[in-house]
Amino acid sequence: MFRWVVIGVLSIGLIGVSIWGYQEHQEKNEVMIQAENAYQRSFHDLAYHLDLLHDKIGSALAMNSRERLSPQLVEIWRLTSQAHGDVGQLPLAFVPFNKTEEFLSQMGDFSYRTAVRDLDQKPLNDEEIETLESLYEMSGEIEKEIRSVQNLVLKDQLRWMDVQLALANKDEPGDNTILDGFQTVENKVEGYSEGKIHSSLMGTSSKEDSYQMIKGDKFNQSDAKQKMREILGINQEINLNIEKTGEGAKVSMYSGSFQTDKKSGYLDITEQGGYPVTVMINRTVDRTNVSLHEATQKAKTYLNKLDFNDLALVESNQYDHVGVFHFVPNNEDVWVYPDAIQVKVALDNGNVIGMVAKDYLENHGERDIPKPTISEKEAREVVNPNVEIQDHHLAVIEDDTGVEVLTYVFLGVKNQDTYKIFVNAENGTEERVERLKQKEVKYEKRKR
Amino acid sequence: MKIVKVFILLIVLLFASCMSMTTDKHMVKAFSNQVIQHGATGDDVIELQARLQYLGFYNGNIDGVFGWGTYWALRNFQHEFGLEVDGLAGEKAKQKLEKASEYDKAYIKNQIRQGNDFTYYGGIDKQKQTTDDRGSNDQNPNQQTDNNQTTQEQQQNATTNEDLQPSAVNVPQGFSQNDIQIMANAVHGEARGEPYEGKVAVAAVILNRVESSTFPNTVSGVIFEPRAFTAVSDGQIWLEPDDSAERAVLDAINGWDPSGEAIYYYNPNTATSDWIFSRKTIKKIGKHIFAI
Repeated sequence: MFRWVVIGVLSIGLIGVSIWGYQEHQEKNEVMIQAENAYQRSFHDLAYHLDLLHDKIGSALAMNSRERLSPQLVEIWRLTSQAHGDVGQLPLAFVPFNKTEEFLSQMGDFSYRTAVRDLDQKPLNDEEIETLESLYEMSGEIEKEIRSVQNLVLKDQLRWMDVQLALANKDEPGDNTILDGFQTVENKVEGYSEGKIHSSLMGTSSKEDSYQMIKGDKFNQSDAKQKMREILGINQEINLNIEKTGEGAKVSMYSGSFQTDKKSGYLDITEQGGYPVTVMINRTVDRTNVSLHEATQKAKTYLNKLDFNDLALVESNQYDHVGVFHFVPNNEDVWVYPDAIQVKVALDNGNVIGMVAKDYLENHGERDIPKPTISEKEAREVVNPNVEIQDHHLAVIEDDTGVEVLTYVFLGVKNQDTYKIFVNAENGTEERVERLKQKEVKYEKRKR
Repeated sequence: MKIVKVFILLIVLLFASCMSMTTDKHMVKAFSNQVIQHGATGDDVIELQARLQYLGFYNGNIDGVFGWGTYWALRNFQHEFGLEVDGLAGEKAKQKLEKASEYDKAYIKNQIRQGNDFTYYGGIDKQKQTTDDRGSNDQNPNQQTDNNQTTQEQQQNATTNEDLQPSAVNVPQGFSQNDIQIMANAVHGEARGEPYEGKVAVAAVILNRVESSTFPNTVSGVIFEPRAFTAVSDGQIWLEPDDSAERAVLDAINGWDPSGEAIYYYNPNTATSDWIFSRKTIKKIGKHIFAI
């Protein structure tokens, strides 16, 4: 009797567990299929967009009427951005596919810049046509390869989930048909990017004159440590760890860090000249005793001590009990926006707890700032008459292509919004209009 | 008999609340000594905005954050009252403001606390300047509402002298509190237990990727790119971020980048991709190696 009861209970238990297990299995499958479908969709979208991209570049080349060429280039720009988006949804991070992504974004930049240009005034020149030709060839190659991968995926029912597994499995990497296909695409693109395309047109030319202000002797470790202690204002008793940057760094730096009970700190200084690049002090700041205005003065004094002089305050913001200030050099009443410096001040005691001079060190140097060729009044007329101008100054900014231009900066109000409008001081074109938004209604936070 | 008692009680209560309101008006603490500057937040800014609105210079919300609207209002005020136009609320500006306007602290604070949509223009009935529907019942003077109002006023008197949190916050240009929250989640998931600079560096890498041509162009695109971050893959991104993750994100957005413009980082002990080791390294912070 007893035996039968036990058997009965156990078998009911077994059946129950089996049903539960089966349901779990079903649910897991469902989730897997959904994830797989999302990948498949992105992949097939990508193939389709690349296909279309190739077609559109081809027709742009065959086009003779300029009125149609601009919309066509806009279409190319849209497709590159969509294809780029598709790539971002596939599990291809840490897979060498970046040359292709780079190609897509360069293609996008190129088509955007030519599309917004007045092609009646400045038609495509020979160099640009040539570039477009090679882009056409390249996109053709990519299309072909992706199409054959797509064919394999459909024919052999390959799953992107397996790609993910193959990538997660460190021991046998790369043994996956889809990944091999993408590798082939990458190799093809790599072959092309050497030569054939005019790099100046693709916006890949890097700035050559960066960090030109950095002069002086190279610091060795102990000198650097001494310099760091000076900047941080800490004595020998506090242990300072120091390390030199590797070959990937744009400019060779020493990084130092310290840790005490109450605070920790971190800073970077350049190897040559020992200029401070980044300073960060981390400690709790839980009350405000010092006004933002007073903190601004403290920030300025701090920067003067580090030999950053003649600065104009562009922006000041209070976040909880910390003030953050953005300064730019004021060069004879011309504000030099690319050379920005940021400073962070704790509002409990007014001490500086952070500084970044990366942009300043990278861009600052001898500049020939031209005199404006149009007057402020002429520039004012360029601005939308509905914007009520409240303030203005002269400034050097970087335009969309990264070239420095002299502009009149107008701060104006339209309805309730404030705008910053940059008008080129040499030819009167409206370089940029920014809507300044700085505050937001406070949202409730999750309860802690 | 009973009705008379209640009536007397009511009158006394109303009188008392009126008294406390008037005394309150006289006791209004004026601005503190600080010079109020663009970007500041807090009590003084609420008063500044209220007084500027009373005089008709400021048309925005009274929210305690010194934004551009307040800035232009203050400048216009300085211009009209013959002061130096610098957009700073210093000694002189504050004195002139105090002379020219009234500041009903209790009213303002109560409105902000209740989250009402309200204005504070001088010479207009305050009841008409708020969307508070509890106040609009007063044409129907039954006992119930009267009692309610009295308790409300008592409450507001009790809390007037507390500092009030502004109803808005500063956000860096181009980001919202929600963007910051998503990034803080990712940073916390990825760099929990790392030194503070390591967290800022991780946040900076996310932003560097947004800028880079080989990654998606939005913060969420970068964070949720499949396999890009282990914390996203294994769900650690949904852990509760601590305060330091949020501060780290804010620092990174404001320009701090201890990673040295890196777009990759990995933990050499747990990295699963061989390819990642081929990237040029910039530096090591905590357990992470930052590379381009």
